[in-house]
Amino acid sequence: MQRKSYEGAVACLPVTIPYRRYSTNSAQWWLGRALHELIKRAGLRLKDIDGFAVSSFTVGPDTAVGLTQHFGLSPRWLDHIPFGGASGIVALRRAARAVQAGDADIVACVAGDTNHVDSFRKTLSTFSRFAQDAVYPYGSGGANASFALITKHYMNSYGAKREDFAKICIAQRDNAMSIPHAMMKKKLTLDEYMSARPIADPIHLFDCVMPCAGAEAFLVCREDVAKSLNLPSIRILSTIERHNAFPNDPMQIRGGWELDIGELWSMAALTPKDVDFVQTYDDYPVISMMQFEDLGFCAKGAGPDFVRSHTLTNDGTFPHNTSGGQLSVGQAGAAGGFLGLVEAMRQLTSQPLGSQVPNANACLVSGFGMINYDRGLSSCAAVLARAA
Amino acid sequence: MTEPLVRPRRKNPLKRTRLPLRPQGVRSRTAHGLTAAAAEGRFALQICLDCDTVIYPPRDACPSCLSARIPFREVARGGTLIAETAVRTTTDPYFRERTPWRVGTVKLDVGPVVVAHLHGDAVEGGRVRLELKLDKSGSAVAIALPEKDTENMADDPHLREMTCDPKFRRVLITDGRTGVGQAMAKAFSDAGAAIVFVGLADPWKPFAGMAGLRKIERVEIVPLDVTDTESVTELAEQNGARIDIVVNTAEHIRAGGVVDRHGLTIAREEIDVRYLGLLRLAQAFGPILRFRGADGVNSAAAFVNLLSVHALMNWPAYGGYCATEAACLSAAQCMRAELRPGGVKVVTVFFGPLDIDWFQTVPPPKVTPAALADAVVRALQRGLEDVFVGDVAEDIRQRLAVNPKALEREMAN
Ligand SMILES: [Zn+2]
Repeated sequence: MQRKSYEGAVACLPVTIPYRRYSTNSAQWWLGRALHELIKRAGLRLKDIDGFAVSSFTVGPDTAVGLTQHFGLSPRWLDHIPFGGASGIVALRRAARAVQAGDADIVACVAGDTNHVDSFRKTLSTFSRFAQDAVYPYGSGGANASFALITKHYMNSYGAKREDFAKICIAQRDNAMSIPHAMMKKKLTLDEYMSARPIADPIHLFDCVMPCAGAEAFLVCREDVAKSLNLPSIRILSTIERHNAFPNDPMQIRGGWELDIGELWSMAALTPKDVDFVQTYDDYPVISMMQFEDLGFCAKGAGPDFVRSHTLTNDGTFPHNTSGGQLSVGQAGAAGGFLGLVEAMRQLTSQPLGSQVPNANACLVSGFGMINYDRGLSSCAAVLARAA
Repeated sequence: MTEPLVRPRRKNPLKRTRLPLRPQGVRSRTAHGLTAAAAEGRFALQICLDCDTVIYPPRDACPSCLSARIPFREVARGGTLIAETAVRTTTDPYFRERTPWRVGTVKLDVGPVVVAHLHGDAVEGGRVRLELKLDKSGSAVAIALPEKDTENMADDPHLREMTCDPKFRRVLITDGRTGVGQAMAKAFSDAGAAIVFVGLADPWKPFAGMAGLRKIERVEIVPLDVTDTESVTELAEQNGARIDIVVNTAEHIRAGGVVDRHGLTIAREEIDVRYLGLLRLAQAFGPILRFRGADGVNSAAAFVNLLSVHALMNWPAYGGYCATEAACLSAAQCMRAELRPGGVKVVTVFFGPLDIDWFQTVPPPKVTPAALADAVVRALQRGLEDVFVGDVAEDIRQRLAVNPKALEREMAN
């Protein structure tokens, strides 16, 4: 069956609550700030929000239902999407369908997490049953160790060098220089990257995101509603979502995008050449490199060459992670799954926090998340465009 | 090649003892199927009875056909190490003291992918064999060993964290008067123990094998009477901090049941030697062992209980004896929980009838003291927790697993 387009549903009002390295506030506080910012800037009352999608790892023991009471919401459409790096696009595509179907008029999509001094360790050891049983007891290196293995295997398979990953990280740092709340804003040199402290070979310090507290949010509504609120909006040309693709690959060398990439581009009626910038999910640079391949920008295994032959800054031949991504801005838990999407909305509505990508009319955003055992299970992507 | 262990120097008594830490030991209930296998040194993963898929990590449904018939079964342990890393930054205090810590991804020939600890001689891209071990938390972990044995491989620091190898450790054999005690002393000396303390009550009283015992290298006779609290306490005060492995060889074997014995004299004696003796040893040595669980190359490692396999199912011909053995087993289970914070293993070694005078009328197969001692040393070298020695012990274990009630009836004949 032909998939229905997202015609009529738009996303608007990108909101970021500036990140902090540690916060004594709760996840509920951060989510509340983001929600407040949404209604304040849209000029809405709380009761106008009739749809609510929330993503958070540290909001427990609360659920989305509990949060409605905490925030005084009475939504008729509610979703809890704790999908990590896939949260943003999954929230967008679900909310868009709800709006198209008339199940909700204005959906607030909010993601946020707090970061206490000890919350990182607690999250790691109890992230999943498989992590508890079969990963954490092995050195307790967390995601760094899991992605070290994936990175090592990718390097062995396709000849990627640390210098190639450096290029991704350095370009993102350049893009982050003008982002006020970025955790890391000091220019990064190749020397600094190469000589950084080893974390889990071959992963070194600047391959890792810095966990922090923060929140991101946006609205999904009908195009006419956005216009009536005077909010510049963006169009959703296509989206894909996949979980636990390729379970028989002994190690993750591709994400689920590869299964759905044909549909993503054909539904959008665009090709990879037609987008003006790309936001990949960058928990580690190897995952960004895999996305260049799996999303159709180059062939499988050609990621290292692709990086070598492009400039990845906002003024370059392949603008990538235009606000610096999580590698520079920080990873505020589930908000990390919103960061690229919210930044893309800013670029496509010409209201960037940092530098503007010239002629930004269409883009691809992708998400990736949830390393349950040995690999990230969730992948998703969206092709977005400036409103006509 | 593994760097051979260097014999630890005498410890400076003023130096602070490193306190024991443990890796995360919490597991799902299903994952403790691995712990059960590791305790006995088996390599068992879940296997689907409906579609033959081998499953890892442990699940509650088969990921190929959703069947719930997925018991743990022994499977082939061969695989390829497809990627490795050395963890240098960790959130866990136990590993923090031990970085860099190598782990890797092993693709097993039987299917699943296992994230495992790596022996130093396991090479990326090379063939490995996986073993399940109990780590210091007492829960099971997988470690990838090189496919073929390498020189000094038992000395690998990651592996040694999961075993209780007697090499360079100091052992206490609690009673040297018995054949088992003497065989034990010989086996530990041969295994490279630094000192083999052998306890003797009334050492002036001669006994068979005395000359042989004194000739064993690195044996040091110490006065010890497990029925005398003062004697046990005194030894612990004098030598407790220099004892890394305790093997309780105190024995008291008499035939006779519960109804047909006359009076309580024998029962009191066997309880005093076996059960209360164990308690005296546990109370005197347990706290020191637990404190010294991370005290370097010769850290405290294990407390070994030798138990009749009939601790698990009474054998009425020796019914009173079996009841005492059962009490000792129960105490050992308690000790396990109490010594786990120190990462000290409590090993239970179940034997069938021994080839000694006290079992004179029992027909073979019987276990010689030397075979029992070898099994104890091997169990410590492998890091096992439950060991069954001899054909009878193995037979009882299997029959017990199938139908305990049938076994109860059969033991009466
Ligand atoms: Zn099956």
